[in-house]
Order: sequence, then structure tokens, then C-alpha cells
Amino acid sequence: MSGDVLSSVWSEPNRRPVLSLRDWEALLGQARQSRLLARLALHYFDRGWLSDVPAAVLPHLEGGMRLAARQQHEVRWEADCISRALACLSTPVVLLKGAAYVMASLPPARGRLFADIDIMVDQKNIGAVESALFGAGWISDERDEYNQRYYRQWMHEIPPLRHVQRNTFIDLHHTITPPTSRFNVDGKILHANKVAIDGFPGLYVLAPVDMVLHSAVHLFQDGEFSYGMRDLLDLNDLLLHFGLRETFWPELLERSEVLGLGIPLYHALFHIKRLLGTSLPSHFVDRLEGLGPNKLTRFWMAWALGLALQPRHPSSSSHWSGLARWLLFVRSHMLRMPFYLVIPHLVRKAWMRRFPKEPHTEADIREGLK
Amino acid sequence: MKIGPFVFRIRSEINGVTVGLVTLYADYPVLDSSHFVDYTVTIAKGSGLRRWVRRQAIFQFDGFEPFIPLPEDHAFPLLEWAMNWCVSMHANHYLLLHSAVIEREGCSVIMPAPPGSGKSTLCAALVHRGWRLLSDELALISLNDTSLVPFGRPISLKNASIGIIRDFVPGAVFSRVVNDTSKGSVAHLKVPEEHLLRIDEMARPRWVVFPKYVPGSDAHLVKRSKANSLLELGKNSFNYMVLGRTGFEVLSRLLDESDCYDFSYSRLDDAVAIFDDLVARRDA
Repeated sequence: MSGDVLSSVWSEPNRRPVLSLRDWEALLGQARQSRLLARLALHYFDRGWLSDVPAAVLPHLEGGMRLAARQQHEVRWEADCISRALACLSTPVVLLKGAAYVMASLPPARGRLFADIDIMVDQKNIGAVESALFGAGWISDERDEYNQRYYRQWMHEIPPLRHVQRNTFIDLHHTITPPTSRFNVDGKILHANKVAIDGFPGLYVLAPVDMVLHSAVHLFQDGEFSYGMRDLLDLNDLLLHFGLRETFWPELLERSEVLGLGIPLYHALFHIKRLLGTSLPSHFVDRLEGLGPNKLTRFWMAWALGLALQPRHPSSSSHWSGLARWLLFVRSHMLRMPFYLVIPHLVRKAWMRRFPKEPHTEADIREGLK
Repeated sequence: MKIGPFVFRIRSEINGVTVGLVTLYADYPVLDSSHFVDYTVTIAKGSGLRRWVRRQAIFQFDGFEPFIPLPEDHAFPLLEWAMNWCVSMHANHYLLLHSAVIEREGCSVIMPAPPGSGKSTLCAALVHRGWRLLSDELALISLNDTSLVPFGRPISLKNASIGIIRDFVPGAVFSRVVNDTSKGSVAHLKVPEEHLLRIDEMARPRWVVFPKYVPGSDAHLVKRSKANSLLELGKNSFNYMVLGRTGFEVLSRLLDESDCYDFSYSRLDDAVAIFDDLVARRDA
């Protein structure tokens, strides 16, 4: 078994890993699984290593690069469509995560693959924005009333909107964490510091420190860790990029206290240091330690995240990683909502998974039967 | 197992998979462990109670399950669909069309068609009347020079087509018919051994034919505009959008070299004659 070959590529980014053909199979599989195939391909391309890659492996990397190039193009196109659809509203639209990295030309954009576009608007404008997007062809596929209500009442976003012709998705947010969450953040504070994107009137990205904090909190948010390594690499790129500014680190620590996101920042930086070797300047270490949780939590979170951040691929998963993911999943829900809300919700979700109202056979299998 | 340009590793404990492989894949090369494997396909049994009651077959790839589980009885067709999925979702170093491809004297016919148009039936008939099978499901088009790369695998036949080809091709070898799949009854037809011996031999595009089975009709071959054919092939492709401009350029070059036709038919013998005629008058 090859173990976690994926993170070893980035732990020493300028040392070319020595890989057998079996290791390559595992690496490509882990990269596909973690949505990092394109990034892996560009990592090799940028360092001039492609000529040393075994001939049989090369087409896989080449395919990954084609996918990435296309997706960057598509994201720009979608962002343009969104900006035109919302032009009539004069509501500022903040792009989040991948779309923000691409539109603001930030380092994590390179080789990033996209499932959807995340945007954030002021909460009072959610309805107007949803209507305007509907007018431009984005509809909600969520038919289940419970889910609709759950999203709208408790979450920081509404159910995903799908474009009827292009089949692209938008996640429409009003802030970056659920309002019921222990780490709830008021969207207005984020809006206050947003940065305009050149050439796209009405489109913005979060301020650098807010972008980093969102990336850190996102790591723990969905609780499934499917793309944990991808999220860590995004965050690492942002830190290396923004960290060049002298004022960045003190601002980041201060902002994490203002927004109450010290704990997610602590955990994220711990694993970035462990896996990728990036750490904050030494004179800030004590301040970061002060932001972290108690000793016991530190210990079990380090263990659980260490396992959960491994790629979810048969070549690198163990029984323990399943347990770790489950514990983190439960934790993510407990942080997301108080007990009296989370228990009925999880029971309901388990019930719906077990006895779905409409078996989704056709849609799921169509892909494969083409 | 090597199939054209790809190497598959197939893992399954399910007997139906083994029987299907022995019946249809005995002539493909099996490689030793010194070779790189492109796609590892696992057809697993259901877990827990599902191992015993209403048993399931589950396609696993990279540790996730791209399709919903099917009854264990459908394991072999599931393997075939899974292999198609692996290539159509990942092989972006080709332009991929959902299409049958056959060849004669170095020139090939690409037959794109939606399900139900009789593409596979026609393809099965023609490869037993002088045409070589390149693929029944996936046209792999080289991005460098628009050559067609063979990916010859068993031909998937549905419902009435199974009996029609059984009658049309004496001695044809089929996998066991599996009933009640989402496509109805399905069986796979073995690829003739001499076609597999030439599986590394690429071919040039020459014709694009859109077939349509029309009950009771005579065979008609009608010229079709290249521009319209390009749009249709673009829609029919798995990765035309992914390849962007390259995809458009490759498809344009392919159509520059090809004559395009709509073809409606009901009797296979008529179809064989018309396709023979295509070859005979190709330089006219």
C-alpha cells in the first residue's frame, strides 16, 4: 500500500518524489478523489518535471491540465453572467473561495477545479438576488420542503441554484458560517472591508485576512473533509502570498479575535505547519497559542484531523480515518447548531437517507449509461 | 487487462463478473504487475444484510461509488458501464464521442446516435460482414492528427436486437442475457478474435453516418451538411466543452476529411449493401 502519497508531494514542494508505477496509480487516484489532479499536473509542469514522468502516466496529467484550463475559463464566464444578471439591483456581490481566487488572480486559482460558484450578498437582499438570478435562468432544484426550510431558517446560504441551460451551480450566502453556529459571523462586518474586483463593477472579494479566515473555517464546516487537502493547499497559498505584507499576520490574529474564529485558525495553522511546513513568524506563535482550545481538545483534534485530512482513497484510508471523520462530522454539527436543534435534524437526515421520497436512480445512473 | 490504449484492473468477488470476463474477454492481453494501470474498477458486493438478502453489485472507483448499487444479477453489464464511465469521464487526452466506429480498408465510419437508434445493432451486423470494430460506444479521436484509436469491447445489445443479431450472426458468442435493467434486457456480443489482433491499428476518419432504425422502411442514405453535423457531434461528445478550442479544431479537421450522411433503415442486409457501396465509390 502506498499510503498518503498526495500530501508528500507538497510537504517538500521542490523535491521530486520517487514514485513506482503503483505509487503513481495511488497518487493519481488520491488526486482525482481530492480534486487536485490539475494542481498536481501543474506542480509537475511548473518545475519542468513532466519529461521525467512515465509515459503511461503523462496522459492523465495532461487531461487534468486541460480540465483546469477549461474551468478557469468557465468561472470567468459565469462570474460575468452573474454580474450582468445582478447589475439592475446595485447590490454588491462578494465572490467567495475558488471564484474569488480566480477573479482576483490569487495563487490558489492555478489548477483549481470547481463544483460551484459561491457568492455572498447582504442578508436583506437575498430575496431580490434570488429573483434576479431566477430571471437569468438559475433555479432551485431542492424540492423537499424540510430541506428548503432548514436552509432558509438555519443556514448561512440558501439551497444551491442551478442554471437551467449550462447546469452550473451557485451557492448564495449571506455570511460565511451558520447563524446558529458557535463561530457565527455577522455578514455586515465582512461586507465593510470587501475589496472591488477590477473590471467587474459590482463584484468584490473578501479582505485578505477575512479570506484566510473563511478558508480556515471552511475546512471544518461541512464536516466531511472530502477536499481537506485541497482546502489546506488553498489556505497555504493565501498565507504565503499575503504573508509577504508585514502587517498581515498581526491583522490576521486581531481579526480572528474580532470575528471569534481563533479556534478554526489555530487548527488550520497547526496542520498546515505539520503537512506543508508553513508557519507564522515566531514572535506571533505565543499569540496563536492563546487562541487555541484547551489541551484535551487540542490533542483529540490533532489526532482526528490528522487522519481525516488523508485522501479518502482505498490506498490511504484506514478504519481509524472512518471513525475520525465520523467524530468530526458530529462535532461540526454540534458547532453548527445547539443540541435541541441538531439532534432532531440528524435523526431526520438519517431517516431521509434511509427512505428517500423519490429514488434518484435515473439521474444518478444516467452519467454512466450514456 | 489491456484494451486498446487503456489498462484496466478489475476487482470483483461476484461470479457473474468472472463468467462474463471468461466468456467475452479471453482473447485480451493480461499484463503483469510491471505495467501501469489506468483505471482500477471494483464491482463489490453489498455490505451487511445486503450480502445475503436482495444482493447488490456496487461499482467503486477511487473509493467512491459513481452509480447507485444494482441487483447482483446485473454485475456484468454494470462492469461494462463502469469501464465506459472511466474512459468517458477521464480520458481528456482524446476527443471522446458517444459513437460506434468501424473501419474497412483504412477508412472509418463514425456512427453517433442516441440510444434506441439502432447504432449497436447496425455496428454488430457490419463487423460480421467485412468491417472491423474500433468501438461500439466510444470514438477516441487523437488530438494530434484526428486518427481514430480502437477501443474494441463487447457490443452491448438490447431487447429485440439480441435475437436479431443471434439470427444474423451464426455462432455469435453472447454473455448471459440480463433482464430488467434500466435499459431493458441486455447482452454483450463477443468481439471477433481477428479484430482484437489489430486493436493497436489506428484508422482515418472518412464518413460520419447518423443511423436511424425506422420499422418497415427501405434503406436511405442522405447527404447531410457538415456544419450541422459538427453541432450534432459537439452535443454528442463527452468532453467537447472540456477541450474548448482544441475540441472545435479537432472536430472541424475531422469533418473536413469526412462525408456526412443521415441513414435510415430497417433491414440489416440493405444496410450491409449500402455500406459496401460507400467503400466501392469512395474515390468517385
